[in-house]
Amino acid sequence: MANLKDLKNRISSVKSTRKITKAMQMVAAAKLRRAQEAAEMSRPYAERFNAVMAGLAASVGGSDSAPKLLSGTGSDKVNLLVVMTSERGLCGGFNTNIVKKAKTHAQELLAAGKEVKILTVGKKGRDQLKRDYADHLVGHVDLTEVKRLSYADAQGIAKDVLGRFDAGEFDVATLFYAEFVNVVSQVPQAQQIIPAKFEDAAEDEGATTLFDYEPSEEAILADLLPRGVATAIFSGLLENAASEQGARMSAMDNATRNAGDMIDNLTIEYNRSRQAVITNELIEIISGAEAL
Amino acid sequence: MADTMQFDLVSPERRLASLKVTSVQIPGADGDMTAMEGHSPTITTLRPGILSVDGPDGTNDYVVTGGFAEIRADGVSVLAERAVPKGDMTQEHLDEMMEEAKTMYSNAKEAFENEPGPVDDAAKLLSDMVAMGEHMGLTAKQ
Repeated sequence: MANLKDLKNRISSVKSTRKITKAMQMVAAAKLRRAQEAAEMSRPYAERFNAVMAGLAASVGGSDSAPKLLSGTGSDKVNLLVVMTSERGLCGGFNTNIVKKAKTHAQELLAAGKEVKILTVGKKGRDQLKRDYADHLVGHVDLTEVKRLSYADAQGIAKDVLGRFDAGEFDVATLFYAEFVNVVSQVPQAQQIIPAKFEDAAEDEGATTLFDYEPSEEAILADLLPRGVATAIFSGLLENAASEQGARMSAMDNATRNAGDMIDNLTIEYNRSRQAVITNELIEIISGAEAL
Repeated sequence: MADTMQFDLVSPERRLASLKVTSVQIPGADGDMTAMEGHSPTITTLRPGILSVDGPDGTNDYVVTGGFAEIRADGVSVLAERAVPKGDMTQEHLDEMMEEAKTMYSNAKEAFENEPGPVDDAAKLLSDMVAMGEHMGLTAKQ
């Protein structure tokens, strides 16, 4: 019976698939650890940076001389969405979740009669956005060649964004990435980077100490705001890297388990049909012997 | 032994140092300054230069570019975009940084033809780099 042979082939094919997904899961686990460490390392910088910036922004923010990166251009007509996704697939709903968040945001803006421009980082998000928002895509940053994320990569993206801002291409920039909560949960985030927003929590700390500024507050702010954009992008990239590996790990874990279940079912089916074949043969032999 | 204070040096990628020190010499944008315990709270931006830390185990020097220093009465935090221990600084590092500064300078010259401000800033950055290189005994390729 050909059926038996088919089943056997099926089982061995699923077995090799399971081997692949298992290997991918283990690779993702190792990469996740490294990505998490990198995200951990960058935290002190980002935290102190934001604390100081919040203090500065609070004291300068009100005045008319505040830099445009902080106070905005006075309009919110043109929005730039910086959508950061992964370069590789097979990571569950990771990319889809980020893109969905960005799409909802874009729809809201378009419904409110605003203009939307999209800058993509990572090719998976670009592929998904191309379907509905091809006209809105203004640029793409390719990180395929990057093995280990460095601050220079974030600086490159920041330079691109700031260049567009200086050229008056947009008024508001929002960053989309997935925040790493744990291996099974990554929350897509929308973070406004231009004009810069800072959490109020840090303000209390800034208010208690009165700092001298050298050179002036305005000069420091003007120097630091562009760096703030790069810092925000860098933390976003690192969070994203950790989230991607986490998502891939759980996706591959599920795949491995499914493959295991499938193998079990197929094996049972294989054994049953083998038994049926044997029974059949026996019946043939017995009825043949009886006929004699 | 003088009083000590907390000193942190962090770059975006990692924390380079966190220890108790007696004094820190900071290459501020408007000139070098030395911070000791009880210094009045100050925030200053950095120019490319050498950050010198007097700690319990002698003096440690770091090459820093871009960023700022936050001085509080009880400690100093330096947030540098790039920070390398002086011993690890090589000619290649300097060349790379020089290259960047030079591109910035030429970009500024193109972009702001009639505004001297940004061009001067970029020129200053470049000359700071050269000065730093010479100070360390490395030749900055012009």
